[in-house]
Amino acid sequence: MDQNQFEVTRQDHDDVSVLAIKGFLDAHTAPEFEFAIQELLQNNRYKMVVDFQELNYISSAGLGVFMGFIEEVRKNGGDIKLAQMNEKVFKIFDLLGFPNLYEIYKSRNEAIQKFRTT
Amino acid sequence: MKSTRVETKPYKNSEQLKSKARETTILGHHAKKYRLITPSESANLELIRDFIGKLAYRAGFNGDHVSKIQLAADEACTNVVHHAYEDIPAGPIDVEIVVNRDKFQITVSDKGVGFDPEKFAQPDMVEYLSKFKKGGLGIHLIHTLMDEVTFKIEPLRKNSVKMIKYVHKPESADKLRQQEIILRETKKRR
Repeated sequence: MDQNQFEVTRQDHDDVSVLAIKGFLDAHTAPEFEFAIQELLQNNRYKMVVDFQELNYISSAGLGVFMGFIEEVRKNGGDIKLAQMNEKVFKIFDLLGFPNLYEIYKSRNEAIQKFRTT
Repeated sequence: MKSTRVETKPYKNSEQLKSKARETTILGHHAKKYRLITPSESANLELIRDFIGKLAYRAGFNGDHVSKIQLAADEACTNVVHHAYEDIPAGPIDVEIVVNRDKFQITVSDKGVGFDPEKFAQPDMVEYLSKFKKGGLGIHLIHTLMDEVTFKIEPLRKNSVKMIKYVHKPESADKLRQQEIILRETKKRR
């Protein structure tokens, strides 16, 4: 990890891609996360689960990444579902009304399974 | 015999005294002042958050409030990094913190192009989310997270946002009093 402590790792489960994000998502690290999502779109992978389990911090620059892609993802029949968000990060999502726009699940598997049933 | 001449500058000294007195009045007797000046680069956001976080903990805030103060400062500094020095050579981010017994004050300043803070104060979040807009939430977040927010815009000279968080917010005291009254009333009824 670099000094700004952010990591994104990808794991594919058939047509669903899980992006596990770790550390601090701010204006400095957001481009790295953007790049990971862009890579999925280039490969026509529109079903995504973002696993927040190890994310400690998010600023509006990080929230902006979700807003920047959600329209394109949904137009292509996919979604960005969120999982395992800690209370601190959830509070920031909640403060801005983001839970109205994104499905948030307690576990990664629950979020993956949701793609299978819809 | 060699004489030593001591020059006194009463006017300047009295001005200095007055200025010192003004400072004490403004800051309060127990105020402590801290300052961090960094280049306007996103790589410094973490450093700024850490600096503010340590001081906020020391000032007596709990983890929840420390996170809010850090995020508000991050948003103000991110605005400087992204917008203040657009099309002009990058200058500094100047973060000044004044810690008083009752409040924690952060002032983030830049020498950039400035902006109209009113434009971003209260976005319509329903419209924002329904149209999948991106960005422009920083100032709204700052208003939501802090108790008092004041902007002072002087393009290319000094643009600043002053953010205050009270250690014991008056509303919280009111809430506690209300809870006490409810408890007393409940006991009476028993």
